[in-house]
Amino acid sequence: MKKYTFTEQKDTRSGFGAGLAELGRTNPNVVALCADLIGSLKMEKFIEENPERFFQIGIAEANMIGIAAGLTIGGKIPFTGTFANFSTGRVYDQIRQSVAYSDKNVKICASHAGLTLGEDGATHQILEDIGLMKMLPGMTVINTCDYNQTKAATIAIADYDGPVYLRFGRPVVPIFTPEDQKFEVGKAVQLTEGTDVTIVATGHLVWEALKASEELEAMGISAEVINIHTIKPLDEEAILKSVAKTGCIVTAEEHNIIGGLGESVSRVLVQNNLVPQEFVAVDDSFGESGTPAQLMEKYKLNDKAIVEATKKVISRK
Amino acid sequence: MSTTQQLKDFAQQVRRDIVRMVHAVNSGHPGGSLGCNEFLTVLYQDVMKHSTDFDMDGEGEDLFFLSNGHISPVFYSVLARSGYFPVEELATFRILNTRLQGHPTTHEGLPGVRMASGSLGQGMSVALGAAQAKKLNGDDRLVYTLHGDGELQEGQNWEAIMYAAGKNVDNLISTIDYNGQQIDGSTDHVMPMGDLKAKFEAFGWIVLEEEKGNDIESIQKVLAEAKSLTGNGKPVCILLQTEMGNGIDFMMHTHAWHGKAPSDAQLEDALNQNPATLGDY
Repeated sequence: MKKYTFTEQKDTRSGFGAGLAELGRTNPNVVALCADLIGSLKMEKFIEENPERFFQIGIAEANMIGIAAGLTIGGKIPFTGTFANFSTGRVYDQIRQSVAYSDKNVKICASHAGLTLGEDGATHQILEDIGLMKMLPGMTVINTCDYNQTKAATIAIADYDGPVYLRFGRPVVPIFTPEDQKFEVGKAVQLTEGTDVTIVATGHLVWEALKASEELEAMGISAEVINIHTIKPLDEEAILKSVAKTGCIVTAEEHNIIGGLGESVSRVLVQNNLVPQEFVAVDDSFGESGTPAQLMEKYKLNDKAIVEATKKVISRK
Repeated sequence: MSTTQQLKDFAQQVRRDIVRMVHAVNSGHPGGSLGCNEFLTVLYQDVMKHSTDFDMDGEGEDLFFLSNGHISPVFYSVLARSGYFPVEELATFRILNTRLQGHPTTHEGLPGVRMASGSLGQGMSVALGAAQAKKLNGDDRLVYTLHGDGELQEGQNWEAIMYAAGKNVDNLISTIDYNGQQIDGSTDHVMPMGDLKAKFEAFGWIVLEEEKGNDIESIQKVLAEAKSLTGNGKPVCILLQTEMGNGIDFMMHTHAWHGKAPSDAQLEDALNQNPATLGDY
């Protein structure tokens, strides 16, 4: 089995900041908006280099989404930046009417998604955002796994016509994907080959899935790990091809079990090839204060939880 | 440049279109549509530089955003009669597979519409983005918006109003359809909004008041003044006092026709009060 290692850890939001800075140098139509969280979103470099193309909106997210929609009229490609909670739930109707239904080419970039935001607690830890965004017709939903992939995705979505929700996070996590990767929207990335179980993971759970696959290998279980960075449109072909071989699947995500990646995968399985599925996700609850590692342990979102889910799903084959 | 009589004739035909469209599908919002008829007529026929060869970006053109999307009948009629799409298409208002949805949308490809509206309070933000894009593009044309007065009860407006002045968006003219009515009654009854002029001024806007919001020449005058005040670091607001249901006697002086269609007899009465000027669709 292919082994993944890392020499450096960084936060995915810094990948966004680096990608945005590069876009500032390469694409004159890219503009950025922020609702008073420049430092948290790592937007300083873009702003320093392109002050005229940055819009500080203040603490007014609804207005930010509308202004972003309007900036597309005139050929701009707006990237909005704030926390995931304020990027989605707080402004759902603005995104629905002014962006999605109005066919506007806005990139909604959301940091601090999920439990790993940590100590701030449940008011800021949205676990429903993937569901909210994937339900909107025409919305593309991306959840990247490390610094390099987040940077590549940020750059790629500028050339991808249509509204995009790009979700990333706060904590430092291992960098294990290539620096020079080509990010293809909607295309799953197979990380390991296996025969006993398919593990599809998104965001921070991808590294956990790789760790789990090594633990499983030690137990004699061969896991095929797939990184689903794009939840919508979902790479159904990659999932079906893998489960045709393994006969069961575990989905893993830092999101509510309701409305997330897992349910999107379930629909594909029910319609095409009904194999057993287990879910590693938050069991329909809010989060709470704590360190990221403590929270991922308590809410069963780590390698251990993936190993347990794998044992269970194999027993159901 | 149209003469005052030509603009009056245009508005009278639009008035007929509005009540006929709403009557045909027994739904829609005639009251506010009639109240803003003369304003939109002057804007599209006399004030804005715009091309009916529709391009979403509208570079080099003045742009208009309708925030109170429920007055779609007047918007559609003015767009059609300005040449954006065939007037015959007005007969498809609110019926299945139409481009003339109950509330305006870009989604069906109707020329002249640049954003969806209907869920209230969102239009000024979008207009601000379009105005900022014009500045980035070195395009000195203006952005116009229209909002209901009741619509200002939505909080997002005040985010936008604060931003517009705070960030010196001075290529924007926002008009408030100041008719004092909303679905559940008068604005004073439903949610007293206090002194709107003082509120806008406190936020840093230039505010113009026009009491004769259904009079063609008064609208021309106030829009000319508003235009002359742009480019000075401040956004411009027009508080335009209009009469809901204007031009059809039984629809005036009440909020009853906010979202109600006329009966067959009422339609006939309304049309008799407004003989055709440009030919019905």
